[in-house]
Amino acid sequence: MKLDAIFISGRTVNQGVNLENKSSTAYFDAAGYCEMNSTDAGKISTDPGNNVKVTTDFGNVVVPMRICEGNPDGLIFIPMGPWANAVASPDTAGCGMPGFKGLPATVESTDEKAPTMPELMARLK
Amino acid sequence: MLIKDVICPFCGCLCDDLAVEVENNKVIDVKHACKIGAAKIRGHNRIEAPMMRESKTDEFREVSYDEAINEAARILVDSKRPLMYGWASCLCEMMKKGVLLAEEVGGILDNTASVCHGPSALGVQEKGIPTGTLGQFANRADVVIFWGCNPVQAHPRHMSRYSVFAKGFFTNKGRKDRKIVVVDVRKTDTAEMADEYVQVNPGEDYKLLAAFRAAVADKADVIPDTVAGVSKEKIVELAAAMKGAKYGIVYFGMGVTQTRCKYKNIDIAVSLTTDLNAYTKFSIIPMRGHYNVTGAGQVFAWETGYVNGIDMSRGVPYYNPGETCSNDMLMREELDSAFVIGGDAGAHFPAQSIARMAKIPVIQVDPFHNPTTEMANIVIPVKVSGVELAGTAYRMDSVCLRMRKLVDVDFPSDEEVLDKILAKVKEIKGVS
Repeated sequence: MKLDAIFISGRTVNQGVNLENKSSTAYFDAAGYCEMNSTDAGKISTDPGNNVKVTTDFGNVVVPMRICEGNPDGLIFIPMGPWANAVASPDTAGCGMPGFKGLPATVESTDEKAPTMPELMARLK
Repeated sequence: MLIKDVICPFCGCLCDDLAVEVENNKVIDVKHACKIGAAKIRGHNRIEAPMMRESKTDEFREVSYDEAINEAARILVDSKRPLMYGWASCLCEMMKKGVLLAEEVGGILDNTASVCHGPSALGVQEKGIPTGTLGQFANRADVVIFWGCNPVQAHPRHMSRYSVFAKGFFTNKGRKDRKIVVVDVRKTDTAEMADEYVQVNPGEDYKLLAAFRAAVADKADVIPDTVAGVSKEKIVELAAAMKGAKYGIVYFGMGVTQTRCKYKNIDIAVSLTTDLNAYTKFSIIPMRGHYNVTGAGQVFAWETGYVNGIDMSRGVPYYNPGETCSNDMLMREELDSAFVIGGDAGAHFPAQSIARMAKIPVIQVDPFHNPTTEMANIVIPVKVSGVELAGTAYRMDSVCLRMRKLVDVDFPSDEEVLDKILAKVKEIKGVS
């Protein structure tokens, strides 16, 4: 089953701690995950740590799921970084700023592997 | 040796009370910093030597600084539309050199505000900005609004030094003297410690700001029962609290600049702040990310008249966001090279933009391996500014401070690299 959601990205402490350490597994742990509340996780029958596939009109990405009860129903969060960018919009609406927040997305449980940072970048070359 | 009064080179707070223990030219302890600042000052594995490769799928080969710099200069001279992006982790002295280089090669000068507070600059150009300094806010503000920002995660010491817990001249009880309001689409860690959490629907900040303006103007009769997911009753109650403040401050972040309506959200937030000044004193300020992104805006503005997205190809600076910012130019496939310094486009641009960057030569000047390195053809490692090099930076409130050098390293500074590239560019072009 796919969950219809709104995607946003944003800063976190651990993403900041590893901002100059982006080749590390610590950076993947800090920026490569998707947060949703437990109600939404239940709707797609997934548990924390299991991978989910997030898809927007601009791409898709596989990342582990984490629970954040602060997210309202239907709101998913990926920390800013390459994993969030995989689904972000390059459209700036005429003001220079791409779309990193508020994009319609679908989320589904998956057995696919989450890409590392170099793997994500390699698929853009 | 304990070095006191060190300024943190991570975020726009520029916390200036750090103490760093240095032994044998190595940082061994960082006191008073947040987790992020301490990590930056302690350092990470860095790029040890300049590197080059023909194809982005090749392995890098180590080269000399001269070879990397000469090839970088050749690429810039051969380019018709070179992007020169980043700058926010550079010191102001380097940005000035960057403007000179952009002028010489007819480059597009853009900084990280392009994916951060660029819309704030547009909003300010529309409406101005009633603002102040973090010291004024710490000493005076008794109503504090965080709108679309989460300092617990992004600016961890902001609340203790300036906004929430700080004890000031007129706020000597600190937290007890302040009403804290958080407006966000999700209940963040900052929202958890607020007096009021206002959950706005994603992309509907403009509507809510418009409703607050109506309530402040005593026109509550025009407000629907619910606006952007927030009840009319709550809007009227909070508008009264704003008007009743002795001094109010709105801190806003990318929750406002990156969502629907973008710069128009800043435009109306500034208007709301201006309206409130008919009743009391109210200020507004963006929460800046990179420690010197404010400096990048300052230097570019005093050198060219504009803060970002500046096209130098016409011989005079030309600015039209939506046309001249990095992501617009990448998506139009208008660029034929990219020079990335003091910012990580690879990590912070949408993947579709980066896919365009993969098609053009990329020169990276940075101490660290990051996603831009994955897309680069030439990599030139430099000093970490603010740790290994002293110089000027601007705090998020545009107060300029002198960053300190803590340790010596053999790497060149960004400024030295820019000087050499500029000299080589002039040599190739045959100009003095």
